[in-house]
Amino acid sequence: MKTFKAGGVHPPENKFSADAAIEILPIPKRAYVLTSQHLGIPATILVKRGDDVKTGQLIAKSSGFISANIHSPVTGKVFKIEDVIDQSGYKRPAIIIDTTEDIWEDGIEPSDKIEREITLSREEIIKRINELGVVGLGGATFPTHIKMMIPEGKNAELLIINGVECEPYLTSDHRLMLEKGEQILIGTAILMKALGVSKAMIGIENNKPDAIAHLSILSEGFKGISVHALKVKYPQGGEKQLIKALTGREVPSGKLPIETGCVVNNVGTAFAVYEAVQKRKPLIERVVTVTGKAAKKPSNFMVRIGTPISELIEKAGGIHENLGKVISGGPMMGKALTSPEVPVLKGTSGILLMLKEESAREKISNCIRCAKCISVCPMGLEPYLLEKLTFIENYEQAESQRILDCMECGSCHYTCPAGRPLLDYIRLGKSKVSFLVRNRKKQ
Amino acid sequence: MDLLTVSGSPHVYDRTSVSKIMWGVVIALIPAMLVSFWYFGLGAVVITLAAVIFCVLLEYLIQTQILKEQTTISDGSAVITGILLAFNVPSNLPIWQLFIGCLVAIGVAKMSYGGLGKNPFNPALIGRVFLLISFPVDMTLWPLPIANRLVLTDAITGPTSLGVLKEGLLNQETVPELMSKLPDYTQMFLGNIGGSLGEVSALALIIGGFFMLYKKIITWPIPVSYLLSVFAFAGILHLINPDLYIDPLFHLLAGGLMLGAIFMATDMTTSPMTINGMLVFGFGCGILTVLIRVFGAYPEGVSFAILIMNATVPLINRGFKPKRFGEVVKNG
Repeated sequence: MKTFKAGGVHPPENKFSADAAIEILPIPKRAYVLTSQHLGIPATILVKRGDDVKTGQLIAKSSGFISANIHSPVTGKVFKIEDVIDQSGYKRPAIIIDTTEDIWEDGIEPSDKIEREITLSREEIIKRINELGVVGLGGATFPTHIKMMIPEGKNAELLIINGVECEPYLTSDHRLMLEKGEQILIGTAILMKALGVSKAMIGIENNKPDAIAHLSILSEGFKGISVHALKVKYPQGGEKQLIKALTGREVPSGKLPIETGCVVNNVGTAFAVYEAVQKRKPLIERVVTVTGKAAKKPSNFMVRIGTPISELIEKAGGIHENLGKVISGGPMMGKALTSPEVPVLKGTSGILLMLKEESAREKISNCIRCAKCISVCPMGLEPYLLEKLTFIENYEQAESQRILDCMECGSCHYTCPAGRPLLDYIRLGKSKVSFLVRNRKKQ
Repeated sequence: MDLLTVSGSPHVYDRTSVSKIMWGVVIALIPAMLVSFWYFGLGAVVITLAAVIFCVLLEYLIQTQILKEQTTISDGSAVITGILLAFNVPSNLPIWQLFIGCLVAIGVAKMSYGGLGKNPFNPALIGRVFLLISFPVDMTLWPLPIANRLVLTDAITGPTSLGVLKEGLLNQETVPELMSKLPDYTQMFLGNIGGSLGEVSALALIIGGFFMLYKKIITWPIPVSYLLSVFAFAGILHLINPDLYIDPLFHLLAGGLMLGAIFMATDMTTSPMTINGMLVFGFGCGILTVLIRVFGAYPEGVSFAILIMNATVPLINRGFKPKRFGEVVKNG
């Protein structure tokens, strides 16, 4: 079975919510829509206090090359525009909307009827993806329309759809593949048309045999789309690792995946593309898994963007008396939240609730140079060395030891027997090195 | 609701720990320890026990009394140093000499560098070499196996097989003539020969080695490249002149090679960190071992070979990097 070669770990999968069908979460009474939900420049706000907005109406527009439109997830009145605490713990501008009812913007087709016919041209598809605010739903939230625009001199030949979901616990992509399989495949076909490629590969880890079987059968009705089972190994959902696993090609250090002729999109993105292109529906809702040992009822919800995370936890059985940590995302790369009151963003794939006893880090002891961090690093780096170089503030060395290649998958800290916070140091080193690199470019 | 814990990712951790690794090594040493108790009896028990107690106690005292820091003796690393040092001395070594060995191993070779993980040289080997140079007579009186089970002092001693070989060759005897004076290979494999406590039984050491491989405490490159390079180098010499150079199998089974290749050269702290680096390290150990054994003044060269290669580890780490992802551009 295919997988990437170097490094990787296999944490306990704990996919508690794999059998929980997607439930539609009630629309929140008050929605908090942040203007920064994507990689790049925050969107510019178009509404003001007291304005009436409809579901799907454009409320903040893309304000730069790498940016994305944001639409109202609910119908109601703008209560105010204010900075709220986001998932990183910082305050960021948000549009706060008090919900009244649920009336959709004109032109959006709300029915569940599946539209197979792709009528739009390549340019129209990219334009619509851009207009309707579709971003990568795998976690990085890179605006999807930019991925569709192949740089001069490069050539796309293969579309890869990422259904790996290698993070433990999370099941939102898994459920989406089972319940919206046909739509994902149509979305894939749309992306193929937009890229002008004739081949697409869907990669799924083989701990989801039902999803592999379901999409394999459905893919027979689509030309050029094939489904591939992958050996379970974290971080296979990383773009570079997935390309390596499926094609054997390696993205050169510091370069973009297009160098290998591949464009990678998440299954969630493929679904959002289907909805945008075939139904004119902007990206205003997504599937979010609520799970973990402190989740009373592990669930998958279809959630409007801007819903406070506390409402999801409430719906999943409420707060556990022994709750110690709330994480947005999976246990390997997710962000620990300072409060469950922060809203769901376009990139929120799951909420992981951890018990107190599993929330603390391990005790730190001396590095014994066991080299386990080197053997698990999927990028072929030496985490112990990068930690030390950052600690002694030798950033020139850190740069030449390729600290910027680190994708922050966390395999090194996960595996370290001495419990050393390797990734904490590497993150710090990366930001210092990026700063040096930027300054050098200015000169 | 209480305050939430906030920390950087990752939020889950593997269940390994330094102490689990160290106690795993201790378990892997048990077969060889039992063999040493069987062949050398009471002397082996006393030496092993004393070395472990000395090492743990010294580490505890240095940490609490001199360095004024929290003690880490429960991680098991001092226990390993104790056992390995005991494995490297004859079973009738005077206890006070053993104590000095432990003091050098723990005090000088380990704690003076900052403790576990910071020592450039293998502490047990430093202790052994210090003893060998300071007390060359006591360190080379090898009690015969089985015969001395119940004696603590005045044991009947004899030379090791490597000693017999070196002595004989110096007296102009040829290898075929010497073969009758050497133990047969089965006895050497099982450990029914004179020598340091823990080095005698290749079989018991190999069992421990496989346990550590299975538990992922060690990896294959160092032991394999070490043993193969000894076999190959000694084999070439043997092919050139079988009268002067004994066959390579003897070199594999004799002396401390198995102990060194499986337990000493593989010490995580003092060995390289990448597979290619480990192969070079093992190869260097192998060549140096044979060079010292065949052309040097000492009959045995494992300790010196490993210590010399320990010194090259920072260089090896600098020269042999892991294969970086995306470095070699392959398309198709």
